[in-house]
Amino acid sequence: MSQAGKSRLPEILTRFETELLADWLKEQKADIAGKGNSLLRESELRDQCKEFLSLLREAARSDSLSEIQNASWAAVRSFLGDLSRSRGLQGFSPSETASFVFSVKKPIFALLRRELNKEPLTLVEETQSSSELLDKLGLYTTEVYQKAREEVIVRQQQEMLELSTPVVKLWDGILALPMIGTLDSSRTQIVMESLLQRIVETGSAIAIIDITGVPTVDTLTAQHLLKTVTAARLMGAECIISGIRPQIAQTIVHLGVDLGDVATKATLADAFAVALERSGRKVTRVAKRA
Amino acid sequence: MERIPILRMGEFLLVTIQVDMHDRLAMALQDDLTNRIAETGAHGVLIDISTLDMVDSFIGRMISNIAGMSRVLDAETVVVGMQPAVAITLVELGLNLPGVRTALDVDKGMNLLRAAMSRRLKEDDDGCVEE
Amino acid sequence: MVVSKSDTLEIRSSNDVVLARQAVRKWTAELGFSLVDQTKMITAASELARNAIDYGQGGTMQMELLINGSRKGLRLRFEDHGPGIADIDLALTDGYTTGSGLGMGLSGSKRLVNEFEIDSKVGEGTRVTITRWK
Repeated sequence: MSQAGKSRLPEILTRFETELLADWLKEQKADIAGKGNSLLRESELRDQCKEFLSLLREAARSDSLSEIQNASWAAVRSFLGDLSRSRGLQGFSPSETASFVFSVKKPIFALLRRELNKEPLTLVEETQSSSELLDKLGLYTTEVYQKAREEVIVRQQQEMLELSTPVVKLWDGILALPMIGTLDSSRTQIVMESLLQRIVETGSAIAIIDITGVPTVDTLTAQHLLKTVTAARLMGAECIISGIRPQIAQTIVHLGVDLGDVATKATLADAFAVALERSGRKVTRVAKRA
Repeated sequence: MERIPILRMGEFLLVTIQVDMHDRLAMALQDDLTNRIAETGAHGVLIDISTLDMVDSFIGRMISNIAGMSRVLDAETVVVGMQPAVAITLVELGLNLPGVRTALDVDKGMNLLRAAMSRRLKEDDDGCVEE
Repeated sequence: MVVSKSDTLEIRSSNDVVLARQAVRKWTAELGFSLVDQTKMITAASELARNAIDYGQGGTMQMELLINGSRKGLRLRFEDHGPGIADIDLALTDGYTTGSGLGMGLSGSKRLVNEFEIDSKVGEGTRVTITRWK
């Protein structure tokens, strides 16, 4: 374990900066050729490498090489975080992004070997500590990359949620809620609350909940559906559930969920016909004008 | 003591519950309402709770009582304007207001009452319900 | 976990129940609870406050604003020194009532909150604690 400031790494990084930079760039050129969906310009890469080396030097000078979570390594972590996020956006894979750090190992080890060849024990120690340090930093970039991806996924889920459950007005006093995708507990709750809100806002006494686009339903979701229908009834509106697939019908029976006297129809069209009838309306064909 | 006003809406009575009710007020309302129904011979009572942001079992009981007493006096009760948050909470609470009809607003409530009345008139006429 | 704010109200009369509801309304709004969650908490508080009067001969409602890391919540503790409940399990079943109620107070309130604790000793009193997290 190297102690603060005792490592020979900062010295190596200072004395042989130019040479290290050149060798490192050479290592990476092979790696990045044709990768990513936008060309990473050489000048941009050179700037990134230069900055990383100088941040690395600073941190290694002031603190031990093993605790990269410490404050003195914050600048390095921040730099790698930004790099990782931008590489991700540019279309690089996580390992391609991490190899930014891993590819500096070879040139650094070569330098250590050359400068410390008269001190074998120190050479081994330094190689080990540098290796561990760079491994940790490389893994850190992967972590940041993953996190950024997760954030994108969560954001996309939100957007899909908003898009996939609109409450539509089919006719005066008749609303429809076409549900699409898997219903999880929290999503179902939100959607149901907004349906009840729309019922009050539009004064619609009939709401058709269509689950044609729902592949599976679990107990919790079925219960939420039932609670919503009960709440709507308490408010003075009736719900019709349409689009129950055979598989879902089976699930409902197996789960022992009692739909009671909730009206169910196979298709949204059937449900709409019932809704029209219940609200005292009739659709008739009018003779075509010549 | 303040009392909740009871309004005449054509052949029906309308009560709007707005304030956070305490027990005496609730008791007074039940008294006043039964008296008014008897006085006016109204066949329907509308209870507007659209400004109530909470209904607990006490208020639920009061509403059920009103419905029961009204029915004895030959009047139907319809509760209108329940807010979504209240409905969701009542379902969770397990309260289901037995014997109480509901409608989204006063207009729909009155339609409901009229329909109920005309059904009963048909019954009275020849002892069976006509379709 | 930290208690960042606390207050205690007397629950002796039906007017106090109204005041209790208003206080809970204020605190849940402050915490940024959704409208539905506010309503659930206010309703549960109303039920338990009434119980304290109807069965507990009056008591207190202690309110505590909780902060647990990034989570915020509201804890209400209803305490009375009334006759106590002999059979708690029975009292918690739906539809059970010794009074003229609809029998939904305790069991219903339990469903409206995230955490529910009840402690009761015959001859000493009852304490019900409910918590709702944002």
